[in-house]
Amino acid sequence: MISISIFDIFLFDYTFRVVALGAAILGIVSGALGCFAVLRKQSLIGDAISHAALPGIVLAFIIFRSKAPLLLMMGAILAGWAGTIVVMAIVQNTRIKQDSALGFVLSVFFGFGLVLLTFVQRLPDARQAGLDRFLFGQAATMLEADVITMAALGGVALLLMGLFWKEFKLLSFDVEFGASLGLPMRALDVLLTSLLVVAIVIGLQSVGVVLMSAMVVAPAAAARQWTDRLGWMVLLSATFGALSGISGVLVSSLLPRLSTGPTIVLSISLIVVVSLLLAPQRGLFWGWVRHRQNRETLWFGDLRTRSGVNKK
Amino acid sequence: MMNDTKAIEVFDLTVAYRDTPVLWDIDLEVPSGTLMAIIGPNGAGKTTLIKAILGLIRPAAGQVLIHGKPYLEQRRLVGYVPQRGSVDWDFPTDVKDVVMMGRYGSIGWLRRPDRAHETQAMQALEKVGMSEFADRQISQLSGGQQQRVFLARALAQDAQVYFMDEPFQGVDATTERAIVSLLQDLRQVGKTVVVVHHDLQTVPEYFDWVTLMNVRRIASGPVTQVFNEQNLRMTYGGRVAFLNQASVPAPHQYELEQDYRDKTTWQETRP
Repeated sequence: MISISIFDIFLFDYTFRVVALGAAILGIVSGALGCFAVLRKQSLIGDAISHAALPGIVLAFIIFRSKAPLLLMMGAILAGWAGTIVVMAIVQNTRIKQDSALGFVLSVFFGFGLVLLTFVQRLPDARQAGLDRFLFGQAATMLEADVITMAALGGVALLLMGLFWKEFKLLSFDVEFGASLGLPMRALDVLLTSLLVVAIVIGLQSVGVVLMSAMVVAPAAAARQWTDRLGWMVLLSATFGALSGISGVLVSSLLPRLSTGPTIVLSISLIVVVSLLLAPQRGLFWGWVRHRQNRETLWFGDLRTRSGVNKK
Repeated sequence: MMNDTKAIEVFDLTVAYRDTPVLWDIDLEVPSGTLMAIIGPNGAGKTTLIKAILGLIRPAAGQVLIHGKPYLEQRRLVGYVPQRGSVDWDFPTDVKDVVMMGRYGSIGWLRRPDRAHETQAMQALEKVGMSEFADRQISQLSGGQQQRVFLARALAQDAQVYFMDEPFQGVDATTERAIVSLLQDLRQVGKTVVVVHHDLQTVPEYFDWVTLMNVRRIASGPVTQVFNEQNLRMTYGGRVAFLNQASVPAPHQYELEQDYRDKTTWQETRP
């Protein structure tokens, strides 16, 4: 019976379709751009950006007294951006290393965001209700307007990724060689990081600032298991992201008051675990099987040579 | 234009990390069509010199001319082979794709590599004897093969002046000979090749010019003129352990204790 009701939801429930579409978009954009973050070993930057976005969202509301999706997202983008700039400034001008700088910026911005959130919730203004959904994500609150904004921003981000594909590939593989060719690697770095900020901000409403970094890292990590080509990796990662977005929304809709962030993240984690174990080349399971086979052939081969030697 | 005598001119090049000078007032003149080694102990600034010439590190002072004009105007004439260990070889791409990156500077924005670029990449792979590896995932290459892929990428740049950072690092003797003959072919057609080199013993055999440096330039010129014990002592300080010059040249005649030790630890830390 449950399967029929899920089917019903998919086909006939308009609200659900809007929400599922939104979750799919966030999965596609963060999955695709997350590949570059993972390949550049900048996975943690996603975590810093998403946490840093929280004060931006709340400040945007405090200033404009509106919850228009584009407005909140702009606030989040600016704050996420500010966070990465602070990280870069710390790394460049002090002896603090990037991991410490990321951890520091992440918690300071997030703490400031929480303070602002508490402040806003005490305002005698009913419109603030629901801002805390950005903590753990509540996809069910997504409206058509939200999804349209997400699709527009995400579409632009993916388009730019396609236009600068070969430059981003070079940036991720060998920055110095790119610079020696005369390509503006610093500018490309800023552009790619900005696209990552956009990808993260798109997902904040559904997944929440706390767990959003998983949507940057996990689909890419899973996709890397299955392919050795960047193009396929990005496509697969986007697909995994979309799948986990939709299934996460589905699961959370079955249980009342369950945040979507955790269910989406658990869905993608399942994909990651399966990929780590079963991917044909890199999967741990097949590695184990190969190891066993090798050991057996070597052992029997050894026996045969030894018996041959004995006959002589 | 390619026939003017000086391929590389460096004036007063100085680089400092915080307050410590890493390169101090380096002057260089390299004639066109030479194969030059840069040698010096670890920490002498050999890699830094190459990177500063290529503008990858911002110098505190100095000027670089390539074939008579500032480097920035002549970028297209310059090819670069970075150290093999500077990239992650587990990156999801294949050999041909990496070699094609040598063309990215001239393909132009918003355009994808086409059949012509692919042909150029295949020709470059041919020259380093790696054609049959074109579709191989790069993580499946041995150290020597990785090095040859990087060389092919530089060849695809079709440059006039090449800078190579330790192209012999971790390659076997056969590959080393193949690379050397490739470099000599490049010189034969009038290209200039500058190589950061570690094995002093092979300097006279492989190269016709040499620069000895240790933060400062100690000597630079034809191997026959500047590659002598006095300059080597000045470059490597008191740590030189020359074998008896009068005896039959031993295989490691010029091998230096310190250098050797550093090389060993380097290999241990980066297998």
